[in-house]
Formats: sequence, structure tokens, C-alpha cells
Amino acid sequence: MADKVLMKGNEAIAEAAIIAGCRHYFGYPITPQTEVAAYMAKKMPKIGGVFLQAESEIAAINMVYGVSSAGKRVMTSSASPGISLKGEGLSYLAGSDLPALVVNVQRGGPGLGGIQPSQSDYFQATKGGGHGDYHLIVLTPSSVQEMADLTSLAFDLADKYRMPSMLLADGTMGQMMEPVVLPEDTVDPETIPATKPWATTGTQMKRAHNIVNSLYLKPDELEKTNYERFERYAKLEKEECRWEEYLMDDAEVCVVSVGITARVAKNAIVAARKEGIKVGMIRPITLYPFPKEPLAKAASKVKSFLTVELNMGQMNEDVKLAINCSKPVNMCNRVGGMIPSADEVLAAIRKEAK
Amino acid sequence: MAIVFQKPKALTDAVLHYCPGCTHGIVHRLVAEAIDELGIEGRTIGIAPVGCSVMAYDYFRCDMIEASHGRAPAVATGVKRSMPDNIVFTYQGDGDLASIGLCETVSTACRGENITIIFINNAIYGMTGGQMAPTSLIGQVTQTSPYGRDPKTQGMPIRICELLASLDAPAYLERVAVNSVAHVRQAKKAILKAFKNQVEGKGFSLVEVVSTCPTNWGLTPDKACQFVEEKMIPFYPLGCYKDRTAEEAK
Repeated sequence: MADKVLMKGNEAIAEAAIIAGCRHYFGYPITPQTEVAAYMAKKMPKIGGVFLQAESEIAAINMVYGVSSAGKRVMTSSASPGISLKGEGLSYLAGSDLPALVVNVQRGGPGLGGIQPSQSDYFQATKGGGHGDYHLIVLTPSSVQEMADLTSLAFDLADKYRMPSMLLADGTMGQMMEPVVLPEDTVDPETIPATKPWATTGTQMKRAHNIVNSLYLKPDELEKTNYERFERYAKLEKEECRWEEYLMDDAEVCVVSVGITARVAKNAIVAARKEGIKVGMIRPITLYPFPKEPLAKAASKVKSFLTVELNMGQMNEDVKLAINCSKPVNMCNRVGGMIPSADEVLAAIRKEAK
Repeated sequence: MAIVFQKPKALTDAVLHYCPGCTHGIVHRLVAEAIDELGIEGRTIGIAPVGCSVMAYDYFRCDMIEASHGRAPAVATGVKRSMPDNIVFTYQGDGDLASIGLCETVSTACRGENITIIFINNAIYGMTGGQMAPTSLIGQVTQTSPYGRDPKTQGMPIRICELLASLDAPAYLERVAVNSVAHVRQAKKAILKAFKNQVEGKGFSLVEVVSTCPTNWGLTPDKACQFVEEKMIPFYPLGCYKDRTAEEAK
């Protein structure tokens, strides 16, 4: 097994991307994700890769679109306001069936907001962000180890399903340092384009031209592309849901939380268990596809759900949908860059147990 | 029997959707001739814009990418950086390149990306039905300047070649027209040079083609060519605005 190294979350993303065969990074400075760009700026020129500081978030996502069209692994990273600017590009990537990794290290909003951690781009990531009917694969890490692991997975899933994926981290995940074991399977970037016969690499006068495009002026054709895309989404929902269950076997209260709040909630759950409260947690790792099945299963056993999140109740809605509102789904939340303490979460759990 | 005139190989057999008298057809042909003459079709990737030439991807036989509005130079940057040995061109109109995409245009030129840009300036948004463009002339009547473009409220037209010529990085900037046989011949030379520069690694090349829009100008094709001569060219003088390849050759 590879050695453990101490890394910042943002750096773990960058190194894992390189290991996954990504040799193209385009970005624009914004807190709290800038270390991804800084790491890439140092590393890429030394390994024959491309680092380019784009003139804007908009240009960066369109450079990503170009490299992805050429069949290579490519990424950009940003934080909340910058992701809004990439919204159009995300829609085009989805509409042209292009794989790419977009990292969002979330900060508080709306507007310019703040620079402290947040999970308030949940709707933007899982419900759209850009125009049209589409989804991103959305992965959400809860440790620096997962920042690395999910980066690899995000590239693999994006290629497999020909769609953009998003690593949705809260600011804490980007900034904190933890020991991490980097993935051992190094992907040779040269092997990737061969697996993408649709890529615009030049016809070499040996085949008809490839076209990367999302324009269909005939409505029946556009409808067909939407249906075809949603067949892929259905497969994704069936096969790629990921989540972690913690002390759920006898649980009467089910906490649902991701990222830094899942870490805080774990401490609160340990404390609550000492008080005899039967509480467990389901931690979604994929937000799209959302792990509806384990939640629905839990709904038949628990008395109530408690989402712990850094927003005004965005994931809370998806939990209600997943369980068809069959049990109460309450919330313990802080916003604007504030993070609930373990004591705050414990108090909320006690309330559920009453 | 000898063939004296035929369609360039780099054009497909698709029927162009452009309006009668529109000069897109001529410029498409000139681009395709350049690709043929340099023998680069197999390694060329074209980027279509949003605007009248949005469906250029159906007309060129090389690999094509359709970009979002104004972002073709950023997409081209991505393609070129990931495949430096391929030839990458964008084909953009004035709304795309000089309005919504101005930031990408200037930044890509400033980086001196080794790509070729064909810029169609017909002083109007054609596809959406004739609205004021950043290049619409003073007094020009359009759907969104129904009383004529008033510089006091709608600003002055933008001259892209002159703007980009102030930058150090671009290799080649030339403005041409296609409203007469003589001008078409000059345009052919400029477009060929803009592609050849890229093949030779000389850097950012842009050819601005002063074009027509008979439909939205409300003129016959013949009168539209006259309008180019009498109104457009005086404001957008033809000629070479930068040629570092010539300087380097000295």
C-alpha cells in the first residue's frame, strides 16, 4: 500500500487528478479553492501537462469544453460565485455529452457572500445551475481521503457515462489537512482518447467528420437526444449510488449529512449513543444520483430524520422526496460560513429522541 | 474534358442555409480552399459560433465543434493546447466575437494562441433578425436601433483589427472584404496566410471580412455590395493592421 501523506484537501484533488490521467487544468483565482490552481501551476509544466489561468471562469469552462471535445481528461475548479459563471458551460458540456471534472469548493452565498465553508450550492449542483434538462454526476467528500478518491471516481464515471461530473466539497474539505493515501492506479493520459471515437481529433482523412454539438433545430431530434440522455441517467441512478451508513442497524433517529457536517454529526451521534439514544446516520456520497433506496429503507424503521447541513434546507427536500414524506424530516443547520458544533447537533438529536 | 472550376474538397455536399446574396458562402469557400491548398483537412478542427454560421459544422468536412455564444476562442485554446500539432480555426460573427465574446477575443489574442480566427463583420445580428451589432454603423437602422444608431446613447462602432493591433502578441491581423472580385482575391490571400501562419507556428492570426447582410439591411445583393463599398469600408478601412511574420522575415 502507498504511504500516507499529509495534504490539504485542495491539493489532494489536484494530485489525484494527475494520477487519474488529467493533464489539462484551466482555472481562475477564487477563495477557498485556489490551492488547486496553485498546485497545478507548479506540477503541470513538469509533467508535460497544461496549466492555464483563464481570463474568466467562463473562458475556463469553455477551454475545458475544447479539451474534452478532443477526447482528453480535463478539469477546472472554482468556488460558488465562479460556478455560477460556469453554469452555461456546464449546460453545453451536458448537451454535447462531454465528460469533464468540475470542482466546487463551496463558500457562503448568495451573491459575493463570504469565503467561509458552506453547502448552499446543493440545489445548483444537483438540480441544474445551467439551462435545460440535464444532470451532473455529483460527488461529495467528507475527508481529505475522499477528496482524492472521489476525484478519481469522478473522472471514471464522467467518461463511462459521457457527462460532466462535479466534486461538490464544502470549504472546510478544501482547506483542512489530513493524512491521505493517494490512489495507486496511475492512468496513462495517452490511452484515454482511443476510448472516445466521437472525439474531434482530426479525421486524418480516414473517417467522416466528428461534430461536437448541442444544437438540434428539429424538435423531434432534440427530444430524442433528451430521451437518450435520460436513459443514461436512469442507468447511473441504478448502478452508481454511493453512501455510508453509520450505526443504522437499531437506529430510531436517522441523521442525514455530508461533508464537514457529517463529521460533526458523527461526534454528536457518539455522544448521543452514550446517553442511550438510538441514532445513526446515512451519509450520501453521491448527491446525484441521490441514495433514495437506503433512505426509503430506513424510513420503515426510524421515527424521524434529521438533516444536518450548511444551507437553509436544500438536501432536506431530497430526503423528504426519497421517503415520500412518510416520516418527519427535521433540520439542524447553520449558514453563511457558520458550522454547527457537536453540542448543537446533539441538542437537535435529543429533541428527535423525545 | 478539363475541370476548370469545382467545389473545394474541404466543403461537404450539404446545401448552405444562408440567404441569397449573403457573403458567408464566399468566405466558407475561401476557408475551404485554404484548407485544401495546405493539405490540412485531416488534422483541422473548426469551431462554429452562435449566429448565422452556427451550422458551419455541417459545411466543413473537417472535425467541427459548436461553441457557446462568444466562447469559440476559449474552446479553440483548449483544443490547440491539448493537440498542438492540429490546426484549429474559429469562424465567428460580429455579435459573437466583438460583443458577447470580446473578453475571449482580446485574451486569446493577448496570449498569442497559435490559432486562426475568421471574423465576419456585417454590422448586424443576422440570425436573430437584424438587431444592432457592436459594429453597426452610426445612423444604421436596425430592429433595436429603429431611429438609427445614436452614438450618444448607443456608443460608437468597434474596430476590432485596430483594437487588437495595440496588443504585442498577435502575429497577423488583416481586414478584407468580399464585395468585388478584386476584394475576394485579396481576401483569399489573407485567409490562406492566416492558416499558413498557424501551420508554421507563427501565432495568432485573425482576418476580419467585411461582409453583407442583404436580408436584414433591406437591400438587394447588388446594393448590399455597394453599401459595403460606400459605407462600410470608409469606416472599416481594408488592409493589414499587423504582420509580425513580415517583420520576422526581414
